[in-house]
Amino acid sequence: MTHFTPTEMMVIAAARALSSNDICFAGVGPPSEACNLARLVHAPDITLIYESGTIGARPHVLPLSVGDGELCETALSTVSVSEMFRYWLQGGRIPIGVLGAAQIDRYGNINTTVIGDYRSPTVRLPGGGGAPEIAGSCDQVYIIVSQSRRTFVDRLDFITTYGHGTGRKARQSTGFTTKGPTILFTDMAIWKPDPETRELTVVSLHDGVRREQMTKSVGWNVQYADRVDATPVPSSGELEVLRDLHMRTRAAHTGRAQGHGECRDPI
Amino acid sequence: MVELVTKARFMSLGDAVAEHLFDGATVAFEGFSHLIPHAAAHEVIRQGFRNLVLVRMTPDLIYDQMIGMGCAHSVVFSYAGNPGVGLLRRMRDAIENGWPHPIEICEHSHAALANAYVAGASSLPFMVFRGYRGVDLPKVNSEIRWVQCPFTGEELAAVRSMFLDLAVVHAQKADHQGNVLVEGIVGMQKEAVFAAKHAVATVEEIVEELRTHSNACILPSWVLDAICVVPGGAHPSYAHGYYSRDNASYLEWNKISADRDSFLSWMRENVTQQTPDVFAARAAGFRYAT
Repeated sequence: MTHFTPTEMMVIAAARALSSNDICFAGVGPPSEACNLARLVHAPDITLIYESGTIGARPHVLPLSVGDGELCETALSTVSVSEMFRYWLQGGRIPIGVLGAAQIDRYGNINTTVIGDYRSPTVRLPGGGGAPEIAGSCDQVYIIVSQSRRTFVDRLDFITTYGHGTGRKARQSTGFTTKGPTILFTDMAIWKPDPETRELTVVSLHDGVRREQMTKSVGWNVQYADRVDATPVPSSGELEVLRDLHMRTRAAHTGRAQGHGECRDPI
Repeated sequence: MVELVTKARFMSLGDAVAEHLFDGATVAFEGFSHLIPHAAAHEVIRQGFRNLVLVRMTPDLIYDQMIGMGCAHSVVFSYAGNPGVGLLRRMRDAIENGWPHPIEICEHSHAALANAYVAGASSLPFMVFRGYRGVDLPKVNSEIRWVQCPFTGEELAAVRSMFLDLAVVHAQKADHQGNVLVEGIVGMQKEAVFAAKHAVATVEEIVEELRTHSNACILPSWVLDAICVVPGGAHPSYAHGYYSRDNASYLEWNKISADRDSFLSWMRENVTQQTPDVFAARAAGFRYAT
Protein backbone atom coordinates (compact mmCIF):
# COMPACT_ATOMS: atom_id res chain seq x y z
CA MET A 1 0.00 0.00 0.00
CA THR A 2 1.23 3.49 -0.80
CA HIS A 3 1.91 5.57 2.28
CA PHE A 4 -0.34 8.60 2.74
CA THR A 5 -0.90 11.25 5.40
CA PRO A 6 -4.19 11.78 7.28
CA THR A 7 -4.51 15.20 5.63
CA GLU A 8 -4.15 13.67 2.18
CA MET A 9 -6.83 11.15 3.10
CA MET A 10 -9.13 13.99 4.20
CA VAL A 11 -8.78 15.92 0.96
CA ILE A 12 -9.06 12.81 -1.21
CA ALA A 13 -12.19 11.61 0.63
CA ALA A 14 -13.80 15.02 0.08
CA ALA A 15 -12.78 15.15 -3.59
CA ARG A 16 -14.48 11.79 -4.19
CA ALA A 17 -17.81 13.27 -3.09
CA LEU A 18 -17.72 15.77 -5.98
CA SER A 19 -18.65 15.06 -9.60
CA SER A 20 -18.54 16.73 -13.01
CA ASN A 21 -22.17 17.80 -12.60
CA ASP A 22 -21.50 19.74 -9.43
CA ILE A 23 -21.37 23.51 -9.10
CA CYS A 24 -19.39 24.43 -5.99
CA PHE A 25 -18.59 27.55 -4.07
CA ALA A 26 -15.02 26.85 -2.90
CA GLY A 27 -13.29 28.48 0.06
CA VAL A 28 -9.48 28.66 0.11
CA GLY A 29 -7.40 25.98 1.81
CA PRO A 30 -8.57 22.36 1.98
CA PRO A 31 -11.98 23.15 0.36
CA SER A 32 -10.36 24.56 -2.76
CA GLU A 33 -7.80 21.75 -2.68
CA ALA A 34 -10.50 19.06 -2.64
CA CYS A 35 -12.48 20.79 -5.40
CA ASN A 36 -9.47 21.06 -7.68
CA LEU A 37 -8.34 17.53 -6.94
CA ALA A 38 -11.78 16.29 -7.98
CA ARG A 39 -11.52 18.32 -11.18
CA LEU A 40 -8.09 16.88 -11.99
CA VAL A 41 -8.88 13.25 -11.09
CA HIS A 42 -12.45 12.34 -11.98
CA ALA A 43 -14.64 15.45 -12.38
CA PRO A 44 -13.18 17.43 -15.30
CA ASP A 45 -16.38 19.40 -15.86
CA ILE A 46 -17.03 20.48 -12.27
CA THR A 47 -17.83 24.20 -11.99
CA LEU A 48 -15.74 25.91 -9.33
CA ILE A 49 -16.82 29.32 -8.11
CA TYR A 50 -14.80 31.59 -5.82
CA GLU A 51 -16.20 34.53 -3.89
CA SER A 52 -13.97 36.93 -5.84
CA GLY A 53 -16.53 36.53 -8.64
CA THR A 54 -14.69 33.94 -10.73
CA ILE A 55 -17.08 31.39 -12.24
CA GLY A 56 -15.78 28.14 -13.72
CA ALA A 57 -12.16 28.61 -12.62
CA ARG A 58 -9.65 25.93 -13.68
CA PRO A 59 -6.42 26.91 -11.91
CA HIS A 60 -3.18 25.04 -12.66
CA VAL A 61 -1.98 25.61 -9.08
CA LEU A 62 -3.96 26.08 -5.88
CA PRO A 63 -4.80 29.72 -5.24
CA LEU A 64 -3.26 31.37 -2.19
CA SER A 65 -6.24 33.72 -2.04
CA VAL A 66 -9.77 33.56 -3.42
CA GLY A 67 -8.78 36.40 -5.73
CA ASP A 68 -5.62 35.01 -7.33
CA GLY A 69 -5.11 36.05 -10.94
CA GLU A 70 -5.15 32.52 -12.26
CA LEU A 71 -8.73 32.02 -11.12
CA CYS A 72 -9.86 34.93 -13.28
CA GLU A 73 -7.61 34.01 -16.22
CA THR A 74 -9.00 30.46 -16.36
CA ALA A 75 -12.62 31.30 -15.50
CA LEU A 76 -15.56 31.20 -17.85
CA SER A 77 -16.60 34.59 -16.54
CA THR A 78 -15.75 36.99 -13.74
CA VAL A 79 -18.44 39.11 -12.11
CA SER A 80 -18.29 41.75 -9.39
CA VAL A 81 -18.33 40.62 -5.78
CA SER A 82 -21.75 42.17 -5.23
CA GLU A 83 -23.17 40.31 -8.23
CA MET A 84 -21.59 37.10 -6.92
CA PHE A 85 -23.27 37.39 -3.53
CA ARG A 86 -26.57 38.81 -4.75
CA TYR A 87 -27.41 37.01 -8.01
CA TRP A 88 -25.34 33.86 -7.94
CA LEU A 89 -25.27 32.90 -4.27
CA GLN A 90 -28.45 34.47 -2.85
CA GLY A 91 -30.17 33.76 -6.16
CA GLY A 92 -29.72 30.04 -5.53
CA ARG A 93 -27.46 29.25 -8.49
CA ILE A 94 -24.76 27.48 -6.48
CA PRO A 95 -25.94 24.13 -5.05
CA ILE A 96 -22.86 23.16 -3.01
CA GLY A 97 -20.72 25.25 -0.66
CA VAL A 98 -17.43 23.75 0.51
CA LEU A 99 -16.18 25.29 3.76
CA GLY A 100 -13.45 24.95 6.38
CA ALA A 101 -13.68 25.85 10.08
CA ALA A 102 -11.58 27.05 13.01
CA GLN A 103 -14.07 25.59 15.50
CA ILE A 104 -16.99 23.28 14.82
CA ASP A 105 -19.62 21.81 17.12
CA ARG A 106 -21.62 18.59 16.96
CA TYR A 107 -24.32 20.24 14.84
CA GLY A 108 -21.95 21.57 12.22
CA ASN A 109 -22.15 25.18 13.41
CA ILE A 110 -18.86 26.95 12.65
CA ASN A 111 -16.76 29.59 14.37
CA THR A 112 -14.16 31.51 12.38
CA THR A 113 -14.50 34.79 14.32
CA VAL A 114 -12.91 34.73 17.78
CA ILE A 115 -11.56 32.44 20.45
CA GLY A 116 -12.68 33.83 23.80
CA ASP A 117 -14.87 36.88 24.31
CA TYR A 118 -15.77 38.89 21.20
CA ARG A 119 -14.82 42.24 22.78
CA SER A 120 -11.55 41.04 24.30
CA PRO A 121 -10.63 37.90 22.39
CA THR A 122 -7.83 35.51 23.22
CA VAL A 123 -7.39 35.00 19.48
CA ARG A 124 -8.94 37.20 16.85
CA LEU A 125 -9.64 34.98 13.81
CA PRO A 126 -10.31 36.34 10.30
CA GLY A 127 -14.13 36.36 10.56
CA GLY A 128 -16.95 35.08 8.43
CA GLY A 129 -16.11 36.26 4.92
CA GLY A 130 -18.56 34.60 2.59
CA ALA A 131 -19.32 31.62 4.82
CA PRO A 132 -22.47 32.74 6.71
CA GLU A 133 -24.42 33.30 3.50
CA ILE A 134 -22.81 30.39 1.63
CA ALA A 135 -24.11 28.13 4.40
CA GLY A 136 -27.55 29.70 4.09
CA SER A 137 -27.95 29.95 0.33
CA CYS A 138 -26.19 26.87 -1.07
CA ASP A 139 -28.51 23.88 -0.90
CA GLN A 140 -25.84 21.74 0.77
CA VAL A 141 -22.64 22.48 2.70
CA TYR A 142 -19.65 20.16 2.71
CA ILE A 143 -17.19 20.85 5.53
CA ILE A 144 -13.52 19.87 5.50
CA VAL A 145 -11.49 20.25 8.69
CA SER A 146 -8.86 18.33 10.67
CA GLN A 147 -9.93 16.88 14.01
CA SER A 148 -8.52 18.14 17.29
CA ARG A 149 -9.90 19.06 20.71
CA ARG A 150 -9.12 22.69 19.93
CA THR A 151 -11.29 22.57 16.80
CA PHE A 152 -14.02 20.06 17.68
CA VAL A 153 -15.53 21.78 20.69
CA ASP A 154 -18.53 21.12 22.87
CA ARG A 155 -19.53 24.78 22.72
CA LEU A 156 -18.47 27.36 20.13
CA ASP A 157 -17.04 30.63 21.38
CA PHE A 158 -18.97 32.38 18.59
CA ILE A 159 -21.45 31.19 15.97
CA THR A 160 -20.11 32.64 12.72
CA THR A 161 -21.89 30.24 10.38
CA TYR A 162 -25.08 28.36 11.13
CA GLY A 163 -25.19 24.60 10.60
CA HIS A 164 -27.97 22.64 12.29
CA GLY A 165 -28.20 25.02 15.26
CA THR A 166 -29.26 23.09 18.35
CA GLY A 167 -30.28 20.08 16.30
CA ARG A 168 -33.53 18.42 15.24
CA LYS A 169 -35.73 21.02 13.49
CA ALA A 170 -33.75 24.06 14.66
CA ARG A 171 -32.51 24.90 11.17
CA GLN A 172 -35.97 24.98 9.64
CA SER A 173 -37.44 26.96 12.51
CA THR A 174 -34.64 29.52 12.12
CA GLY A 175 -36.01 30.15 8.64
CA PHE A 176 -33.67 28.17 6.40
CA THR A 177 -35.03 26.26 3.43
CA THR A 178 -31.63 24.81 2.45
CA LYS A 179 -30.15 21.58 3.84
CA GLY A 180 -27.07 22.95 5.62
CA PRO A 181 -24.09 20.70 6.36
CA THR A 182 -24.72 17.28 4.79
CA ILE A 183 -21.24 15.82 5.15
CA LEU A 184 -18.02 16.48 7.09
CA PHE A 185 -14.62 15.21 6.03
CA THR A 186 -11.81 15.09 8.58
CA ASP A 187 -8.35 13.54 8.70
CA MET A 188 -9.85 10.62 10.63
CA ALA A 189 -13.40 10.06 9.45
CA ILE A 190 -16.43 10.97 7.40
CA TRP A 191 -19.42 12.29 9.33
CA LYS A 192 -23.03 12.89 8.34
CA PRO A 193 -25.88 14.46 10.29
CA ASP A 194 -28.19 11.96 11.95
CA PRO A 195 -31.56 12.08 10.13
CA GLU A 196 -33.44 12.79 13.38
CA THR A 197 -31.16 14.66 15.77
CA ARG A 198 -29.05 16.31 13.04
CA GLU A 199 -25.96 15.64 15.18
CA LEU A 200 -22.89 14.85 13.08
CA THR A 201 -22.38 11.11 13.29
CA VAL A 202 -19.43 9.04 12.12
CA VAL A 203 -20.31 7.00 9.04
CA SER A 204 -16.82 6.00 7.91
CA LEU A 205 -13.43 5.70 9.59
CA HIS A 206 -10.23 6.22 7.64
CA ASP A 207 -7.71 3.41 7.44
CA GLY A 208 -6.06 2.64 10.79
CA VAL A 209 -8.11 5.13 12.84
CA ARG A 210 -9.29 3.71 16.18
CA ARG A 211 -12.27 4.88 18.20
CA GLU A 212 -9.98 5.94 21.08
CA GLN A 213 -8.28 8.41 18.73
CA MET A 214 -11.68 9.77 17.79
CA THR A 215 -12.58 10.26 21.45
CA LYS A 216 -9.29 12.04 22.14
CA SER A 217 -9.68 14.46 19.24
CA VAL A 218 -13.30 15.48 19.74
CA GLY A 219 -14.68 17.61 22.58
CA TRP A 220 -18.00 15.81 22.85
CA ASN A 221 -19.27 12.26 23.05
CA VAL A 222 -18.80 10.96 19.49
CA GLN A 223 -21.85 9.26 18.00
CA TYR A 224 -21.43 6.47 15.44
CA ALA A 225 -23.91 5.37 12.81
CA ASP A 226 -25.28 1.83 13.08
CA ARG A 227 -23.03 0.90 10.21
CA VAL A 228 -19.55 2.43 10.12
CA ASP A 229 -17.67 1.91 6.86
CA ALA A 230 -13.94 1.84 6.25
CA THR A 231 -12.94 4.72 3.95
CA PRO A 232 -11.15 3.26 0.92
CA VAL A 233 -7.48 4.23 1.06
CA PRO A 234 -6.19 6.69 -1.54
CA SER A 235 -5.29 5.20 -4.89
CA SER A 236 -1.81 5.81 -6.23
CA GLY A 237 -3.43 7.89 -8.97
CA GLU A 238 -5.22 10.17 -6.49
CA LEU A 239 -2.05 10.61 -4.45
CA GLU A 240 0.06 11.35 -7.49
CA VAL A 241 -2.28 14.08 -8.75
CA LEU A 242 -2.59 15.62 -5.28
CA ARG A 243 1.17 15.64 -4.69
CA ASP A 244 1.86 17.09 -8.13
CA LEU A 245 -0.68 19.81 -7.42
CA HIS A 246 1.05 20.62 -4.14
CA MET A 247 4.48 20.68 -5.75
CA ARG A 248 3.33 23.05 -8.50
CA THR A 249 1.59 25.21 -5.91
CA ARG A 250 4.64 25.46 -3.65
CA ALA A 251 6.88 26.34 -6.57
CA ALA A 252 4.46 29.02 -7.77
CA HIS A 253 3.89 30.66 -4.38
CA THR A 254 7.35 30.70 -2.91
CA GLY A 255 9.34 31.24 -6.08
CA ARG A 256 10.41 34.78 -6.75
CA ALA A 257 10.75 36.25 -10.19
CA GLN A 258 14.27 35.99 -11.50
CA GLY A 259 16.62 38.52 -13.03
CA HIS A 260 15.40 41.71 -11.40
CA GLY A 261 17.73 43.22 -8.85
CA GLU A 262 14.91 45.13 -7.20
CA CYS A 263 13.11 41.97 -6.15
CA ARG A 264 15.27 41.46 -3.14
CA ASP A 265 14.36 41.65 0.51
CA PRO A 266 10.79 41.64 1.73
CA ILE A 267 8.95 44.40 -0.05
CA MET B 1 -23.66 63.68 -2.84
CA VAL B 2 -21.62 65.17 -5.64
CA GLU B 3 -22.65 68.79 -5.88
CA LEU B 4 -20.74 69.81 -8.95
CA VAL B 5 -19.93 67.59 -11.87
CA THR B 6 -16.25 68.05 -12.50
CA LYS B 7 -13.81 65.91 -14.38
CA ALA B 8 -10.99 64.09 -12.71
CA ARG B 9 -7.64 65.85 -12.57
CA PHE B 10 -4.31 64.15 -13.13
CA MET B 11 -2.27 64.72 -9.99
CA SER B 12 0.68 63.34 -8.09
CA LEU B 13 -0.33 60.75 -5.51
CA GLY B 14 0.99 62.98 -2.73
CA ASP B 15 -1.21 65.90 -3.84
CA ALA B 16 -4.27 63.71 -4.44
CA VAL B 17 -4.11 62.21 -0.93
CA ALA B 18 -3.39 65.58 0.72
CA GLU B 19 -6.27 67.25 -1.09
CA HIS B 20 -8.96 64.56 -0.67
CA LEU B 21 -8.30 62.90 2.66
CA PHE B 22 -8.70 64.36 6.15
CA ASP B 23 -8.29 63.14 9.71
CA GLY B 24 -11.41 61.27 10.82
CA ALA B 25 -12.60 60.53 7.26
CA THR B 26 -14.50 57.37 6.36
CA VAL B 27 -12.43 55.93 3.56
CA ALA B 28 -12.30 52.69 1.58
CA PHE B 29 -9.24 51.40 -0.26
CA GLU B 30 -11.02 48.68 -2.22
CA GLY B 31 -9.77 45.86 -4.45
CA PHE B 32 -10.76 42.26 -3.74
CA SER B 33 -7.38 40.45 -3.51
CA HIS B 34 -6.61 42.24 -6.80
CA LEU B 35 -5.61 45.84 -7.61
CA ILE B 36 -5.17 46.59 -3.91
CA PRO B 37 -4.04 50.24 -3.73
CA HIS B 38 -0.83 49.69 -1.77
CA ALA B 39 0.96 52.79 -3.05
CA ALA B 40 -1.94 55.03 -2.01
CA ALA B 41 -2.11 53.42 1.46
CA HIS B 42 1.61 54.01 1.92
CA GLU B 43 1.17 57.65 0.95
CA VAL B 44 -1.53 58.00 3.62
CA ILE B 45 0.85 56.52 6.20
CA ARG B 46 3.62 58.92 5.14
CA GLN B 47 1.32 61.91 5.41
CA GLY B 48 0.38 60.79 8.93
CA PHE B 49 -3.42 60.83 8.75
CA ARG B 50 -5.15 59.84 11.98
CA ASN B 51 -8.56 58.62 13.24
CA LEU B 52 -9.57 57.17 9.89
CA VAL B 53 -12.60 54.91 9.62
CA LEU B 54 -11.07 52.29 7.33
CA VAL B 55 -13.55 50.30 5.26
CA ARG B 56 -12.54 47.23 3.25
CA MET B 57 -14.08 43.82 2.77
CA THR B 58 -10.68 42.21 3.31
CA PRO B 59 -8.41 44.54 5.32
CA ASP B 60 -5.40 42.68 3.92
CA LEU B 61 -1.83 43.91 4.35
CA ILE B 62 -2.61 47.58 3.71
CA TYR B 63 -4.90 47.97 6.72
CA ASP B 64 -2.58 45.84 8.84
CA GLN B 65 0.07 48.43 8.00
CA MET B 66 -2.16 51.47 8.51
CA ILE B 67 -3.47 50.12 11.83
CA GLY B 68 0.05 49.32 13.01
CA MET B 69 1.17 52.85 12.11
CA GLY B 70 -1.66 54.40 14.12
CA CYS B 71 -3.83 55.74 11.25
CA ALA B 72 -7.05 53.95 12.22
CA HIS B 73 -9.85 54.92 14.55
CA SER B 74 -11.90 51.94 13.47
CA VAL B 75 -12.10 49.24 10.84
CA VAL B 76 -15.22 48.11 8.96
CA PHE B 77 -14.55 44.72 7.40
CA SER B 78 -15.81 41.25 6.55
CA TYR B 79 -12.69 39.05 6.46
CA ALA B 80 -9.54 40.05 8.31
CA GLY B 81 -6.99 37.50 7.18
CA ASN B 82 -3.74 37.37 5.25
CA PRO B 83 -5.28 35.32 2.43
CA GLY B 84 -4.02 31.76 2.38
CA VAL B 85 -1.34 32.63 4.94
CA GLY B 86 -3.01 33.30 8.26
CA LEU B 87 -4.08 36.18 10.43
CA LEU B 88 -3.40 39.89 10.27
CA ARG B 89 -0.99 40.28 13.16
CA ARG B 90 -0.96 44.08 13.49
CA MET B 91 -4.76 44.22 13.41
CA ARG B 92 -4.86 41.45 16.00
CA ASP B 93 -2.37 43.29 18.21
CA ALA B 94 -4.59 46.38 18.09
CA ILE B 95 -7.75 44.41 18.90
CA GLU B 96 -6.24 42.05 21.48
CA ASN B 97 -3.68 44.36 23.15
CA GLY B 98 -4.55 47.89 22.09
CA TRP B 99 -1.24 48.48 20.26
CA PRO B 100 -0.37 51.09 19.07
CA HIS B 101 -3.78 52.18 20.39
CA PRO B 102 -7.17 50.48 20.74
CA ILE B 103 -9.35 50.42 17.64
CA GLU B 104 -13.05 49.88 17.18
CA ILE B 105 -14.33 47.30 14.77
CA CYS B 106 -17.55 47.01 12.79
CA GLU B 107 -17.66 43.49 11.47
CA HIS B 108 -19.85 42.11 8.70
CA SER B 109 -20.08 39.12 6.41
CA HIS B 110 -19.02 39.63 2.78
CA ALA B 111 -22.63 39.56 1.60
CA ALA B 112 -23.59 42.24 4.12
CA LEU B 113 -20.73 44.61 3.35
CA ALA B 114 -21.19 44.11 -0.39
CA ASN B 115 -24.84 45.03 0.06
CA ALA B 116 -23.90 48.06 2.17
CA TYR B 117 -21.70 49.34 -0.66
CA VAL B 118 -24.47 48.69 -3.20
CA ALA B 119 -26.89 50.68 -1.04
CA GLY B 120 -24.39 53.53 -0.78
CA ALA B 121 -23.76 53.48 -4.51
CA SER B 122 -27.53 53.47 -5.11
CA SER B 123 -28.07 56.36 -2.67
CA LEU B 124 -30.44 54.26 -0.58
CA PRO B 125 -30.41 54.28 3.24
CA PHE B 126 -30.07 50.51 3.63
CA MET B 127 -30.16 47.20 1.78
CA VAL B 128 -32.00 43.99 2.52
CA PHE B 129 -30.59 40.54 1.97
CA ARG B 130 -31.13 36.97 3.08
CA GLY B 131 -28.41 36.46 5.63
CA TYR B 132 -27.19 36.51 9.22
CA ARG B 133 -29.85 34.00 10.30
CA GLY B 134 -29.08 32.19 13.54
CA VAL B 135 -25.56 33.57 13.92
CA ASP B 136 -23.89 35.71 16.58
CA LEU B 137 -22.68 38.72 14.59
CA PRO B 138 -25.99 40.62 14.91
CA LYS B 139 -25.54 40.40 18.71
CA VAL B 140 -22.29 42.39 18.56
CA ASN B 141 -22.92 44.68 15.57
CA SER B 142 -25.84 47.08 15.99
CA GLU B 143 -25.57 48.01 12.29
CA ILE B 144 -27.26 44.70 11.51
CA ARG B 145 -31.03 44.94 11.81
CA TRP B 146 -34.08 43.05 10.56
CA VAL B 147 -36.95 44.12 8.34
CA GLN B 148 -40.10 42.42 7.24
CA CYS B 149 -40.83 42.17 3.53
CA PRO B 150 -43.95 44.34 2.93
CA PHE B 151 -45.15 41.87 0.28
CA THR B 152 -44.45 38.39 1.67
CA GLY B 153 -43.82 38.99 5.36
CA GLU B 154 -40.41 37.28 5.18
CA GLU B 155 -37.95 38.53 7.75
CA LEU B 156 -34.76 39.72 6.08
CA ALA B 157 -31.45 41.12 7.27
CA ALA B 158 -30.93 44.83 6.76
CA VAL B 159 -27.62 46.60 6.63
CA ARG B 160 -27.04 50.34 6.79
CA SER B 161 -25.63 51.97 3.64
CA MET B 162 -21.94 52.53 3.35
CA PHE B 163 -21.43 56.21 2.61
CA LEU B 164 -17.78 57.12 2.19
CA ASP B 165 -15.95 60.42 2.32
CA LEU B 166 -13.35 58.98 -0.02
CA ALA B 167 -12.85 55.87 -2.13
CA VAL B 168 -9.37 54.95 -3.33
CA VAL B 169 -8.91 52.34 -6.04
CA HIS B 170 -6.10 51.11 -8.25
CA ALA B 171 -6.89 50.35 -11.91
CA GLN B 172 -5.13 49.31 -15.08
CA LYS B 173 -5.33 52.43 -17.18
CA ALA B 174 -6.79 55.83 -17.89
CA ASP B 175 -7.19 57.67 -21.17
CA HIS B 176 -6.19 61.32 -21.54
CA GLN B 177 -9.74 62.39 -20.75
CA GLY B 178 -9.47 60.71 -17.36
CA ASN B 179 -11.75 57.72 -17.98
CA VAL B 180 -10.47 54.69 -16.06
CA LEU B 181 -10.68 50.99 -16.95
CA VAL B 182 -10.82 48.27 -14.28
CA GLU B 183 -10.39 44.70 -15.54
CA GLY B 184 -10.15 41.16 -14.16
CA ILE B 185 -11.46 40.60 -10.65
CA VAL B 186 -13.34 43.88 -10.33
CA GLY B 187 -14.35 43.26 -6.71
CA MET B 188 -16.21 46.20 -5.21
CA GLN B 189 -14.22 49.07 -6.70
CA LYS B 190 -17.07 50.46 -8.76
CA GLU B 191 -19.52 50.27 -5.84
CA ALA B 192 -17.00 51.96 -3.50
CA VAL B 193 -16.43 54.81 -5.96
CA PHE B 194 -20.17 55.35 -6.38
CA ALA B 195 -20.71 55.21 -2.60
CA ALA B 196 -18.13 57.98 -2.01
CA LYS B 197 -18.24 61.77 -2.07
CA HIS B 198 -14.78 61.79 -3.61
CA ALA B 199 -12.73 59.18 -5.41
CA VAL B 200 -9.07 58.83 -6.28
CA ALA B 201 -7.76 56.25 -8.74
CA THR B 202 -4.15 55.25 -9.14
CA VAL B 203 -3.44 53.65 -12.52
CA GLU B 204 -0.65 51.69 -14.16
CA GLU B 205 -0.51 53.94 -17.21
CA ILE B 206 -2.20 56.52 -19.41
CA VAL B 207 -3.10 55.39 -22.90
CA GLU B 208 -4.41 57.11 -26.03
CA GLU B 209 -7.52 54.93 -26.13
CA LEU B 210 -8.89 52.39 -23.64
CA ARG B 211 -9.66 50.00 -26.55
CA THR B 212 -12.10 47.79 -24.71
CA HIS B 213 -15.53 46.25 -25.20
CA SER B 214 -18.98 47.68 -24.54
CA ASN B 215 -19.49 45.94 -21.21
CA ALA B 216 -16.15 46.81 -19.64
CA CYS B 217 -15.99 48.24 -16.13
CA ILE B 218 -15.29 51.92 -16.81
CA LEU B 219 -15.16 54.70 -14.25
CA PRO B 220 -15.82 57.81 -16.34
CA SER B 221 -13.82 60.92 -15.59
CA TRP B 222 -16.80 62.66 -14.00
CA VAL B 223 -17.21 60.08 -11.21
CA LEU B 224 -13.57 60.49 -10.14
CA ASP B 225 -11.74 63.43 -8.59
CA ALA B 226 -8.12 62.55 -9.15
CA ILE B 227 -6.07 60.13 -11.20
CA CYS B 228 -2.48 59.38 -10.29
CA VAL B 229 -0.13 57.38 -12.46
CA VAL B 230 1.66 54.93 -10.18
CA PRO B 231 3.04 51.95 -12.11
CA GLY B 232 3.24 48.91 -9.85
CA GLY B 233 0.97 50.68 -7.35
CA ALA B 234 -0.84 47.48 -6.37
CA HIS B 235 2.30 45.47 -5.49
CA PRO B 236 2.47 42.95 -3.73
CA SER B 237 -1.13 42.54 -4.90
CA TYR B 238 -1.42 42.30 -8.68
CA ALA B 239 -2.74 44.04 -11.75
CA HIS B 240 -4.41 41.73 -14.26
CA GLY B 241 -2.64 42.13 -17.60
CA TYR B 242 0.39 43.86 -16.05
CA TYR B 243 2.00 41.87 -13.25
CA SER B 244 1.21 38.89 -11.08
CA ARG B 245 0.74 38.62 -7.34
CA ASP B 246 3.92 38.54 -5.28
CA ASN B 247 2.78 35.66 -3.11
CA ALA B 248 6.17 35.39 -1.43
CA SER B 249 5.74 38.90 -0.02
CA TYR B 250 2.39 37.91 1.47
CA LEU B 251 4.10 34.94 3.12
CA GLU B 252 6.97 37.15 4.32
CA TRP B 253 4.54 39.67 5.80
CA ASN B 254 3.50 37.01 8.27
CA LYS B 255 7.02 37.11 9.74
CA ILE B 256 7.61 40.86 9.45
CA SER B 257 4.33 41.66 11.17
CA ALA B 258 4.79 39.08 13.94
CA ASP B 259 6.87 41.48 16.01
CA ARG B 260 6.34 45.21 16.72
CA ASP B 261 10.00 46.13 16.25
CA SER B 262 10.49 44.24 13.01
CA PHE B 263 7.22 45.76 11.78
CA LEU B 264 8.31 49.32 12.63
CA SER B 265 11.74 48.93 11.10
CA TRP B 266 10.22 47.43 7.94
CA MET B 267 7.77 50.34 7.71
CA ARG B 268 10.58 52.87 8.16
CA GLU B 269 12.74 51.30 5.51
CA ASN B 270 10.03 50.45 2.97
CA VAL B 271 7.31 53.03 3.49
CA THR B 272 8.11 56.18 5.45
CA GLN B 273 11.51 56.70 3.82
CA GLN B 274 10.23 55.92 0.31
CA THR B 275 8.14 57.56 -2.41
CA PRO B 276 5.45 56.18 -4.76
CA ASP B 277 8.15 55.85 -7.43
CA VAL B 278 9.53 52.69 -5.81
CA PHE B 279 6.48 50.63 -6.79
CA ALA B 280 7.42 50.32 -10.46
CA ALA B 281 10.62 48.50 -9.51
CA ARG B 282 8.89 46.35 -6.90
CA ALA B 283 6.42 45.03 -9.47
CA ALA B 284 9.01 44.74 -12.23
CA GLY B 285 9.99 41.17 -11.42
CA PHE B 286 6.39 40.05 -11.66
CA ARG B 287 5.48 41.66 -14.96
CA TYR B 288 3.90 39.53 -17.64
CA ALA B 289 6.23 38.68 -20.50
CA THR B 290 5.42 40.98 -23.41
